[in-house]
Amino acid sequence: MKKASILMIIGSLCLLGLFKFPLWNIMLGAPQYPDPLGMNIHITGIQGVSEFDLQNIDGLNHYIGMKTIPKADEMWEFKAFPIVIISMSVLGVLLGLLGFVGKVDYRYFLGWFILMSILGVMGMYDFNVWLTDYGSNLDPHAIIKVTNEDGTPMTYKPPLFGYKKLLNFNVSSMPALGAWAMFLGMSLTVVAFLVGWKSKRSPSS
Amino acid sequence: MKKYSFYLVTLLGSVLFLSGCGDQNGNASSNGALASNNAEKVYVAPGEHDEFYAFMSGGYSGNVTVYGLPSGRMFKEIPVFSQFPTNGYGYSEETKPMLETSFGFIPNDDSHHPDISQTNGELDGRWLFINGNNTPRIARIDLKTFETAEIIEVPNSAGNHSSSYITENSEYVVAGTRFSVPIPQRDMPIKDYKGNFKGALSFISVAPETGHMDIKFQLIMPGFNYDLSHPGRGKSHGWFFFTTYNTEEANSLLEVNASQNDKDFIAAVNWKKIEEYVENGGGTMVPANYTHNLYSDETHSATSTMKKEVLTVDPTKVPGAVFFMPTPKSPHGVDVNPTGDYIIGNGKLSADLTVFSFDKMIAAIDGKKYDGEAYGLPILKFEDVLAGQVKSGGLGPLHTEFDGKGNAYTTFFISSEVVKWKVGTWEVIDRKPTFYSVGHCMIPGGNSAKPFGKYLISLNKITKDRYLPTGPELEHSAQLYDITGDKMELIYDFPTHGEPHYAAAIPASILAPKSQKIYKLAENEHPFATKSVSDARVVRDGNVVHVYMAMIRSHFTPDNIEGIKVGDKVYFHITNHEQDFDVPHGFMMIGATNSGLLIMPGQTKTTVWEPKQEGVWPFYCTDFCSALHQEMQGYVRVSPASSNIDLSWSLGE
Ligand SMILES: [Cu+2]
Repeated sequence: MKKASILMIIGSLCLLGLFKFPLWNIMLGAPQYPDPLGMNIHITGIQGVSEFDLQNIDGLNHYIGMKTIPKADEMWEFKAFPIVIISMSVLGVLLGLLGFVGKVDYRYFLGWFILMSILGVMGMYDFNVWLTDYGSNLDPHAIIKVTNEDGTPMTYKPPLFGYKKLLNFNVSSMPALGAWAMFLGMSLTVVAFLVGWKSKRSPSS
Repeated sequence: MKKYSFYLVTLLGSVLFLSGCGDQNGNASSNGALASNNAEKVYVAPGEHDEFYAFMSGGYSGNVTVYGLPSGRMFKEIPVFSQFPTNGYGYSEETKPMLETSFGFIPNDDSHHPDISQTNGELDGRWLFINGNNTPRIARIDLKTFETAEIIEVPNSAGNHSSSYITENSEYVVAGTRFSVPIPQRDMPIKDYKGNFKGALSFISVAPETGHMDIKFQLIMPGFNYDLSHPGRGKSHGWFFFTTYNTEEANSLLEVNASQNDKDFIAAVNWKKIEEYVENGGGTMVPANYTHNLYSDETHSATSTMKKEVLTVDPTKVPGAVFFMPTPKSPHGVDVNPTGDYIIGNGKLSADLTVFSFDKMIAAIDGKKYDGEAYGLPILKFEDVLAGQVKSGGLGPLHTEFDGKGNAYTTFFISSEVVKWKVGTWEVIDRKPTFYSVGHCMIPGGNSAKPFGKYLISLNKITKDRYLPTGPELEHSAQLYDITGDKMELIYDFPTHGEPHYAAAIPASILAPKSQKIYKLAENEHPFATKSVSDARVVRDGNVVHVYMAMIRSHFTPDNIEGIKVGDKVYFHITNHEQDFDVPHGFMMIGATNSGLLIMPGQTKTTVWEPKQEGVWPFYCTDFCSALHQEMQGYVRVSPASSNIDLSWSLGE
């Protein structure tokens, strides 16, 4: 159970990587952008991959009537997400410590994982809602209006995950280093659960 | 389909035929298979990059052109000494000071010999220097921005020809006068030239960090013509060599009168010795009048300062600093091999090359074995300093470059060929024709201790029959040789703009990674910059109106201006708000008698417009910048001089 608790602590601490590394990365490449424009979505705000990428994405997006990319203080998420991540990290470390001294058992680790997964899915859902709004809530005076075959206005929602062709742009949307650290951390908490479960069944270890 | 293959066969047939009979040496090496191999050697596929940047002097165009090697594609024309309406250089208020001289504003020149800055004898790719020949000037081009950053005028000079060569740590760029003149200039009979005219060799220091130039001293030499020059390197570092002609000091019909002496001189100048002399208080400060023009990437503007004096040095006052080496016959090029051991003099009326040994020169100087003197300066004995002669069999040798593998390549103007020979044995290894009348040749890094001996370019003067005719005027022709094998192979030719006298080339891997993509708007310190669209405005001061304008895809702020009157002088100060690579915007105003502008991202440029007629006059962006480029336009309403319409400006509702 000590081993499991240590894994639980390490796993929970992995979440803190999100304060240094981006959660998500969206890249926009086009023939005239051989070096793609890109944005890194951090839990504290959105940053350009290169210095002027956000400005240049906004400049392009204004043709199709998209809003400018929100600043950190323009979205409640960028305040809430850091709190959630710190809370979950602290909670995980706490559970790990309590597990270490035998006050809680491995089932709490799984509980943490399930809670984190629910929060993660909620976060993804929220992110998707934002992407949908960003890509489809267009200025009616937009310079370029493209309609789908059925006559409805085209939306420019970047994919939540994977690749998509948006007009002349090839858009990719992938979890970034911070997210991978989080996934690793979450996986470790599952391993912590499994290790804890095993040690319970074979009391020798 | 059949038809095409027929053409193809015919084409291949003629290639085979031409390359067969075009080989004037009768060597059997050149055949169809090799010819197609040559096409591959210069083919840079779409989207691929060239291996070298080549900077060609533009001669009478006053500029520098940038080519890729081996493709021969021209990438850019850099305006240096000439006005350039393409982007407003020399027309915009910011760049007019670059062309100021002591003679006033001079919008043209004759640019001759580019040279790339060096560290420890190797190309470092920071700056490119080039001389203005007609109105003596030296320019420094920043190789981050590929823009002219500085121009210094050279007083007491005329025909700034033996320039602009750089010492092995870029300590000095040299500006040697071709024409000797009265120093100081004065009204005197031309026939009294001999003994009275002088030749100034100027040593311009280059500040290591900024590249800023300053004339450290001028060596006031006898009144010969100083043709070309070259720095020593390695063991001969600290010396500079200059070819002379007209040691006869003739002042009329020079083609005859300056070709009488069997030998002219190569002047060997120990600049370290003179530097030491100057640093110990030697030399004479004399009144002079020359400009120093400096461009700032922060203010996007140039300033022109008038300098009032220059330090001159009488070479006879610095014993052991200047010696003459007799060289047959009216030598043009003087070139030092990469190790610094040999100094090659190309007597342009001779068939042979004269090679001097630096060691022998030093020994002769130490032994004080002189063969008389000229104006108090010792002449060394020809035989004492001679290392060898290249019996070339060619005619009219002009200039020699080196491949870094112990070989030298000399161009022959009269016999139109490049001759490859071995340094040390002086034997001729190979010779290839040029088409036609080659001046300088260039090997990338050939002017340094570390040449990149892969290609040689011959810079030919005569072009007829190489390309489609374009009326009486033809661009000059450069030819590219593969010099990796024992035998040179002519693999390509391409036209060059202006009159490329000389060129300098550097591996793209050194320059491309540090090439600047934009100017940061946040660092724009132009006094008339409009850094935020909320600052866009129009300000009247008497009949002078300043328009503070911003531009971004695809509009100007403001785009409608009213309250301008006939007789006003309207300055458009336009700032490009883009921060994206390769998104300039242009500006042209109907009826403006000045020039259009091409403004880079983050940059501010100013043009003047003096409306002469009432009306509503449009301006627009000239650089196709976006899908809505055609909509990037605006109007200025011009009212009668007597009207009292207030200034107003707007964008959108
Ligand atoms: Cu434009």
